[in-house]
Amino acid sequence: MDHKLELIVQSMQAEFGARVEEFRGETHIFVEAPRIVEALTALRDTHDFKLLSAMTAVDYWPQESPRFHVVYQLTSVTKNASIQARVAVGGEQPELPTASGVFASANWREREVFDMFGIRFAGHPDPRRILMPTDYEGHPLRKDHPLGYEEPQFTFNFDEIRLAKPSPKE
Amino acid sequence: MGVEQKLANMGVVTTTLESVINWSRTGSMWPMLFGLACCAIEMMSAQASSFDMSRFGMELMRPSPRQSDLMIVAGRVSKKMGPVLRRLYDQMPEPKWVIAMGDCASCGGVFNNYAIFQGVDEVVPVDVYVAGCPPRPEALIHGALTLHEKVRGTKLTAPAAK
Repeated sequence: MDHKLELIVQSMQAEFGARVEEFRGETHIFVEAPRIVEALTALRDTHDFKLLSAMTAVDYWPQESPRFHVVYQLTSVTKNASIQARVAVGGEQPELPTASGVFASANWREREVFDMFGIRFAGHPDPRRILMPTDYEGHPLRKDHPLGYEEPQFTFNFDEIRLAKPSPKE
Repeated sequence: MGVEQKLANMGVVTTTLESVINWSRTGSMWPMLFGLACCAIEMMSAQASSFDMSRFGMELMRPSPRQSDLMIVAGRVSKKMGPVLRRLYDQMPEPKWVIAMGDCASCGGVFNNYAIFQGVDEVVPVDVYVAGCPPRPEALIHGALTLHEKVRGTKLTAPAAK
């Protein structure tokens, strides 16, 4: 582990009971879902991680339960260090408290995570989809979402696919 | 000689209305500026000096659909772009034509996924498909000339020029 992070990790472990993992030189701190806003605030104010450089989610379905990890990648410009906070969420209606009060840039990123993974953020000021059309059904980056929608057209199924294909109305 | 020879000597040419109209339609077919992805770079190249589509009367890329006759769909059309594309097509005055330029606009190309239309022919009726990823300017010009050939064969009595 980066020696700059050791004290920070120890303090996060003591304060939040956070589990720590390392992968290829990156430090991941796992925080319980109800305390994520508190943990992000502590990282921002106490430990000087003022920049939320990325926020996304990972779907580990069907290997892991709970299936999603929401990932907050934080950067400290003054310390030249980066750290990753992770929250595991699952269930039919995965939900987290919003971090948009801590980092203003989390607003659109949470909208993207909602759009792509269907994870809701309680208290979000504007919880709409951001990328997909508003009438889209489902969340496309979930692993159980169908990948594409059309079979490739070859000679043996040419007519079948041509008939099934939608065509424009004149 | 016949009457045609005599008229020609007088500076008069006889022809059919159909061929005159079709000739004038092919002579100044203004494309709409509608680049969506990397194919647009080749479309610009086809417009520029080394390939020069103005040789075929297509020198003006119109930024407004109301002034254009031909829509060159250059690139993949996302599901969110579909309604916009259809609206622009509806705003073009008749007669109008569509070229699907490149693999993505023709059949979805490599993007067989949830976000991209598997061919722009699901949104607007397409006259000419140009293959290639992206097609070279020569291929686009060949597509345009193929369309000209199609237009020259149009019958005035046909219900719609499709």
